[in-house]
Amino acid sequence: MDRGLRLEDLLNWLSGLTMMGALYLVFLYAPTEATMGHLQRIFYFHVSSAWVGFFAFFVTLVASVAYLRGREHHWDIVAFSSVEIGLTFTAMAVITGSIWAKPTWNAWWPWHQEPRLILVTILLLIYLSYLILRAFLGEEERRARFAAVYGIVAFASVPFTFWSVRWWQRLHPVVFERQGTHLTPSMLATFLFCLLAFTILYFTLLLHRSRLAKLADEVAGLKKRLRLGEGG
Amino acid sequence: MNFLNKVLTIVWKDVLAELRTKEMFSSMLVFAVLLLVIFNFSFELRIENVAEVAPGVLWVTFAFAGTLELNRSLSLEMDEGCLDGLLLAPMERTAIYFGKMLGNLIFISAIEALMLPIFSALFDLNLIQPALLLTIFLGTLGFAVVGTLLSAMAVNTRAREVMLPVLLFPIILPVVISAVEVTAGILDGLPLGDLVHWLRFLIGFDIIFLVVCYMTFDYVVES
Repeated sequence: MDRGLRLEDLLNWLSGLTMMGALYLVFLYAPTEATMGHLQRIFYFHVSSAWVGFFAFFVTLVASVAYLRGREHHWDIVAFSSVEIGLTFTAMAVITGSIWAKPTWNAWWPWHQEPRLILVTILLLIYLSYLILRAFLGEEERRARFAAVYGIVAFASVPFTFWSVRWWQRLHPVVFERQGTHLTPSMLATFLFCLLAFTILYFTLLLHRSRLAKLADEVAGLKKRLRLGEGG
Repeated sequence: MNFLNKVLTIVWKDVLAELRTKEMFSSMLVFAVLLLVIFNFSFELRIENVAEVAPGVLWVTFAFAGTLELNRSLSLEMDEGCLDGLLLAPMERTAIYFGKMLGNLIFISAIEALMLPIFSALFDLNLIQPALLLTIFLGTLGFAVVGTLLSAMAVNTRAREVMLPVLLFPIILPVVISAVEVTAGILDGLPLGDLVHWLRFLIGFDIIFLVVCYMTFDYVVES
């Protein structure tokens, strides 16, 4: 019990500090970009969110495989906690992307011009499908099993989706000026630090969410015992 | 009984059942024709060159009819307790997977074969070309490979029929994109060399998912 608390505390503090550091770097240290001005600063959070979105999905894959092999309940908890967090960060990436896109490209969701938007939408849909699948399965063991299989199959589809959308977009080029983000060294340093901060935040949230799920299970177990106790 | 025999037995069982009742076939066919007609009218009211949307319409129709078929196939198994019977039979679960998958492939392909002349007539295009038939086969194979696994999952949930498209369509998107691109390319008269990478992509998808799905099928049907 003591050991668990310590890891949580460590992660909480680390998360808080690195996030504050990231905020400082993004707003005060990083230079202002030439063409886009201060708007460009959203890029640091946008890409970091997207990164966590994808990373979370990978963690779900690992947890799903681990669950199917050992059938240990905690792997199932990690898998679906990761999906929830990944979904949140992907949604954040989408929103920040839109905020960035409108002034830059004059469109909220130009998915003909930017294939990554399609990929991110698919990722969101896959995450949601995973959660819907879980929601419609009552029995715990079956839910964990099916979700694990879906996690694996869904992850396998991501590279294919990525490439097919890429090739599709190359066939339908639109005359569209995409401003490249050329990063100066200080920008690169800021960006990498942001990635690190977001990754630490992800693990912190994962730990918290997993603990919450375990507590919920305990409560469910206690309720069951109470009901049985009263009945018998 | 060796593996192939077991697979073929399951396929034959499904085909025989369908030949006797013709339930699935008739409903799928009617549904597909209705879809085509609806598309035909909805696009004709707004779009000049209907042939432009033809590849998309074709594959959407196939996808929806295919979903119907997958749902029916597994529903029948569940309702009559047949799936339990299959699981009790002395055969590997993978034989069940391949058997069901081939059965699904055959049924969906049969509907597609019937749809193509109708489609050709409605859209005034020639769709009976070898390259196109190959593409349709590869796309349908991908659909059946993933669909068989996911329908086995979906049919066990409370939402049943609704669950399958929710699970299947995000995964199957690369197949749809590739198939539509090749179909469009062929109808536009592009040289096959330009389209070969899409076909290789489809084959890659089919192979990889065949492996992934048959390996995970066991975990889905264990009781």
